[in-house]
Amino acid sequence: MSQDSIPTERGDREITSGFPEAGEPRFDSIDAVRTGLAGVDYLADDGISGVVYLADRLAKPVLVEGPAGTGKTELAKSVARLTGSRLIRLQCYEGLDESKALYEWNYKKQLLRIQADSGQSWQQLEDDIFSEEFLLTRPLLEAIKSTEPVVLLIDEVDRVELETEALLLEILSEYQVSIPELGTVRASQIPLVFLTSNNTRELSEALKRRCLYLHIDYPQMERERAIIERRVPGISQALADQVARIVRSIRSLDLKKAPSVSETLDWARTLVVLGVESIDAEQAKDTLHILLKYRSDIDRAAKELAGLDTSG
Amino acid sequence: MLDLLTGFVAELRAAGIPVSLTEHLDAAETLKHVPLEDREAIKYTLGASLVKSSTHWPAYETAFEIYFSMRGPNYRIDDEEGGSEGPESEDEGSAQPGQGGRQGKGSGGGGGEGMTPEELADMLFKALVSANPAMVQAVARQAVDRYAGMEAGRPVGGTYYLYRTLRNLDLDKVMDRLVDQARRSASSHIEEGTHEPTPPDVALTGLEERLLRDEYQSRIDQLRKEIEAEIRRRLVADRGSEALAKSIRKPLPEDIDVMHATRDELVALRKSLAPLSRKLAVRLARKRRHGRKGPLDFRSTMRHALSTGGVPMDPKFRYPRPSKPEIIVIADISGSVASFARFTLHLVHAISSQFSKVRSFVFIDGIDEVTRFFEGVDDPAEAVHRINTEADVVWVDGHSDYGHALTVFWERWGEEITPKTSILLLGDARNNYHSTGAWVVKEMKARARHVYWLNPEPRAYWDSGDSVVGEYANYCDEVVECRTLRQLERFVGELA
Repeated sequence: MSQDSIPTERGDREITSGFPEAGEPRFDSIDAVRTGLAGVDYLADDGISGVVYLADRLAKPVLVEGPAGTGKTELAKSVARLTGSRLIRLQCYEGLDESKALYEWNYKKQLLRIQADSGQSWQQLEDDIFSEEFLLTRPLLEAIKSTEPVVLLIDEVDRVELETEALLLEILSEYQVSIPELGTVRASQIPLVFLTSNNTRELSEALKRRCLYLHIDYPQMERERAIIERRVPGISQALADQVARIVRSIRSLDLKKAPSVSETLDWARTLVVLGVESIDAEQAKDTLHILLKYRSDIDRAAKELAGLDTSG
Repeated sequence: MLDLLTGFVAELRAAGIPVSLTEHLDAAETLKHVPLEDREAIKYTLGASLVKSSTHWPAYETAFEIYFSMRGPNYRIDDEEGGSEGPESEDEGSAQPGQGGRQGKGSGGGGGEGMTPEELADMLFKALVSANPAMVQAVARQAVDRYAGMEAGRPVGGTYYLYRTLRNLDLDKVMDRLVDQARRSASSHIEEGTHEPTPPDVALTGLEERLLRDEYQSRIDQLRKEIEAEIRRRLVADRGSEALAKSIRKPLPEDIDVMHATRDELVALRKSLAPLSRKLAVRLARKRRHGRKGPLDFRSTMRHALSTGGVPMDPKFRYPRPSKPEIIVIADISGSVASFARFTLHLVHAISSQFSKVRSFVFIDGIDEVTRFFEGVDDPAEAVHRINTEADVVWVDGHSDYGHALTVFWERWGEEITPKTSILLLGDARNNYHSTGAWVVKEMKARARHVYWLNPEPRAYWDSGDSVVGEYANYCDEVVECRTLRQLERFVGELA
């Protein structure tokens, strides 16, 4: 809208490249997504691959929710690897603001510019110091401006305040950033956007409406076993199977924090390092602290796993 | 297809899932990109644009199964089979294996579908051992044929048929048999072990047995799901999607009526309580921190003004410190309202950091303080469990007596109510025609900051029968109808 206010003589520093092209779809079919992701060691299920495919086709961001450690962030990284795009990551935290998420003017440099040269008219100077040269791009603007393909990861979006969420809305629906002094920067290519949330608070309707929603839960046993085999080098099939089954049993208990996929992988790695071929109750008990992070949970699980020893 | 989608969206809205117009449009757009013959893909991709919360997923899934059933190639329904078998097995025949078998032979001659119950049980067993999905599906279909006794046009929900089917299959026994067989095969392995290379995991240790049990459990769950799906498919064929959706619509966890929740629903409630209280605590903490600014801090303002030559450009404000309320919860935990009291205690204590002090009392006809159970426990659920077993709340006969409980409270703890205290009274005020003790509430009101009464009964039932909530209402700041988690959350949120 404020496009007109940009003087034409600065055409050589034109930063917009027209309305974003729909671009070539990145994936041919849902299966292509799945096999592609498997190729970069991410085993997706029907839900995940379907939504990623759709995100590409509809050019919509994906809001990924789920318990901690189920591979939400990993998904974005894997998609970046699969499509050969650059991953730009914005880690959210309480107190995140415009100047850290979108852009900031480089005040010091502007000041230097003003002091360095006094022969110019004010008009020229003003045009000059509010130009791209003095703009510090932050992740969101960076993702928009990039000419090469980009995957934008907005991590733990539930940590910012409700008001800050509004910052994201423009970029999520229009793929553009409005800078009052400069105009609107539109994306030259549509980035794949992933937002992750640990669900510590309800996100606003406005944000949810603009996104596709994907809930990643703990995987089914078969998938978990496949993940273990894929991610833990040197693990035997039998051991992977056993690990997956024990983890499933533990998850079925009523625990404060169920073991996540990443903890499962850590556990499997530990077992491999220890040279364990087949887990017995004793070994399981000794290494449970890798899987569970609460004293009461560990006691509980140890009791459940070993308690049947006498009866069996 | 678009009509179908519109009906589907309408059903989702009726089930309580908020679907906006843009989401509906997105869903329509989705259909353009996803191959229509891939049912699973449609389910997940439609879900991605229509459902925006994981707690809503089960409701979505149910609705989806109803509206988009019978569309997969291998979901053909054998109408003739269901029709002819239904009425016959209805007359108690299915309960007795012998008779059922005879009927099976009589009516289901075509296509070799008529199996005896023994054969069916055997097939079920094999299907579970081999965990072959096609076989499990076939068994599910057979079982529904035989046992559900579905009747065309009969207006009962799917759960009725499900119950009939499962009762006849007796899955617990199947489970035992599975484990038994596993044990036997393990021991036979050991015997053979002398001349065969022994696999590392022959003997069934406690751990392995446990794992096996869980394995079979998951297969049985799978079977149960298949059966449910099969029943649903037939019901859809019989009555059409819309009517069916209406009759088996399940409320979302936050809308479940706490007092009349089934066991499954209570589990769902308990699960959603933890994230709910966490979210509430976060929200309240934020509200407190980012609330209005405090009064002008003159010193700080002048200090900062030095950098602008003494001109106070940037006024500084004192950090706001709103006082936290003190809460006393007095809850009726007699049978009818026990689960409601539990949820409220759980929620209040889960966000106890937002109050300067929380004290809880529970009563039936006697009253006891239970604050100590919550101290030093990081999981309120545990404390709530201990309350049920350890609190001393029975005075005479274990029927609610509000009058006595309130009087005792006033005598023993009445002094400790201060003007900073908010009192929450929980209960349906069904007093078994004892004296009400309403004067205690009046006294409380005079001394405390607020007195609220939370009643888990629908407003229409208040003051009917032995409910005397009206008498207490005279002295309370407010009497709140609190039947669902949503209502409870809203109330507690406003309180803090």
